[in-house]
Amino acid sequence: MSTLQEVPKVERPGRYPAKRNGRWSGYRHLLGARMRELQREPEVVFWVFVFPLLLAAGLGIAFREKPRDASPIAVVEGAQSAADLLESSPQHESFKVQVVGEEAAKQGFRLGKFDLIIELGGEGGFQYQYDPARPESVLARSEVDDAIQAAAGRKDVVATTTVTSSEPGSRYIDFLIPGLLGMNLMNSGMWGIGFALVDMRQRKLLKRFVGTPMRRGDFLLALLSSRLVLMLIEIALLLTLGVLMFHMRVLGSLLAILLLGTIGAVSFGGIGLLTASRAQKIESVSGLMNLVMMPMWIFSGVFFSYERFPAVIQPAIRALPLTALNDALRANILQGTSLFRLWPQLLVLSVWGAISFLLALKWFRWT
Amino acid sequence: MTPAILCRDLRKTYDGKVEAVRGLSLEIQAGECFGLLGPNGAGKTTTIEILEGLLQATSGEVSIFGYNWRQNEREMREWLGISLQETRLSEKLTVRETVNLFASFYREPRSSDEVLDELQLTEKADSWVGKLSGGQRQRLAVATALVCNPKILFLDEPTTGLDPQSRRQLWDIIRKFQSDGGTILLTTHYMDEAEKLCNRLAIVDHGRIIAEGSPEELIERLGGHQVVEFAIEGGSDGAMLQAWRSLPGVETVHESDGLYALTVKEAHLTIPALLDAIRQQGNTLRHLTTRQASLEDVFVRLTGRHLREE
Repeated sequence: MSTLQEVPKVERPGRYPAKRNGRWSGYRHLLGARMRELQREPEVVFWVFVFPLLLAAGLGIAFREKPRDASPIAVVEGAQSAADLLESSPQHESFKVQVVGEEAAKQGFRLGKFDLIIELGGEGGFQYQYDPARPESVLARSEVDDAIQAAAGRKDVVATTTVTSSEPGSRYIDFLIPGLLGMNLMNSGMWGIGFALVDMRQRKLLKRFVGTPMRRGDFLLALLSSRLVLMLIEIALLLTLGVLMFHMRVLGSLLAILLLGTIGAVSFGGIGLLTASRAQKIESVSGLMNLVMMPMWIFSGVFFSYERFPAVIQPAIRALPLTALNDALRANILQGTSLFRLWPQLLVLSVWGAISFLLALKWFRWT
Repeated sequence: MTPAILCRDLRKTYDGKVEAVRGLSLEIQAGECFGLLGPNGAGKTTTIEILEGLLQATSGEVSIFGYNWRQNEREMREWLGISLQETRLSEKLTVRETVNLFASFYREPRSSDEVLDELQLTEKADSWVGKLSGGQRQRLAVATALVCNPKILFLDEPTTGLDPQSRRQLWDIIRKFQSDGGTILLTTHYMDEAEKLCNRLAIVDHGRIIAEGSPEELIERLGGHQVVEFAIEGGSDGAMLQAWRSLPGVETVHESDGLYALTVKEAHLTIPALLDAIRQQGNTLRHLTTRQASLEDVFVRLTGRHLREE
């Protein structure tokens, strides 16, 4: 501390200091200013809070479970007995049978109006015409055959019974909400930190800040803290929507979900920081961020399962931070899997976060 | 006494190519208001940002009250109030919130309300920054610098683009800071601003100081205190310039856009001779004025260019 005592006692103009600021005064004011700015920005409120809710509500309604429509079946004139058999079968409510001419049947089948055509076949039987590339056509063929055989008196050899399952936890909306949560954490981490930083750099505000004794670490910490506050609200809103509107069952503990959200938000905050470490213009960072986020929008299983992609690229997909976050959120929220068993996902997130932070601190430009 | 700001042989080369500052030395005493005057692109902003510790010089030394940026940055930041050439403060914060935010970074800031009062921003204290006029924004920028109770105020083109009334308001604020014992370094390309505010100034061109002294000294060095400006019918040629130069009492001749400017020691001797010469050439006088020589004339004399050209 000896250097500090050597500072020449040059009289400062003006009056006595109004107050002495403590260690955390800068951090508190930075966080307060950031929160006020966000709150005064209607677009932020919309994109961060309202948009994910609309998306969840819209998709949840579009893909809600509903009774399957009856299969439209064309019976060619002359095979009328097939129509009678279907009508008398126990499954008759699954079919909508129309007796039409051969030409009309072919035409309707081509246009997708009918799933199946029934004609007279050899030896007093019937012939089915179906399209193996259309799942509903395949389904109609096997169900129609089943119904006709049963109505004609076939005896089943093995007694089987069926129950329908549409349990909360296995529906599309249950899959979707944790995915949206993950995507939202990514989007807002990247935009809320990356975009905000480049904007401040472009406005020369970062340069003005480093012209003061502001602690640079506190500045970044305040930015990250503001993200965490928003994250809390986002998680609360989406889960409330899921529970109230779609009767979603949340099996994981709230504490575990918040912890996952925090790790996710911090990790994507680091990636946002890295993306923004050099860019001087809003335009260039926007492009860069879309480049970083695009693969994750596609591959990380937000709207559909990533199991659909070829097995070869599965390891790469699982190494993406958003995949790890989505998997962990789904396992915890839908199945109540404990965080200890989710260590591979947490590891992936932490490694991404840590490497990004380290590189960002090395490369970051304040001016 | 230790100079408030000292720099020796400052050089800054961008990307190994563009030489923005080429060997610039300054010594500014505590309590002075010092101006860096020069056209756009002369290297003023680069110089002031190096002195502020925001930019690394390629070579050369800087010290503020005897301390250098490498060893004492945190402490030195407490003493300096900075207003950059162009900072867009957050539009959605109020004036008071903005000043409070900057105050929070310093150990012993002044009261925000007192500073707002001094800068006549009290009425606007609860308005969003986005709603302020240009003059109010510039005063707010200075308020964020003054709230830290600085020893030195760095102002980079503080009045560029402001209306005359806002400029005078800012000048009063700067004078008050100086009369309270503060040191000021400002850059400007306005001659009148430099003449009115600065105790001493350095004229900067192409990254070098081409003249230094008090405004009066610099004008004194021109040789003449009066400027005679006139225009005649018809064009100009080299012979004509020669004719003007040989008139009695003429120190320098400068021509731009058909307007001649002669710096003279005694206008009452030069003007009759000038009128005679024009009559003898068979030319007609279109315009004639005389005025006191200004720093603008100093700059034109030194560089052959006007300050606000380009």
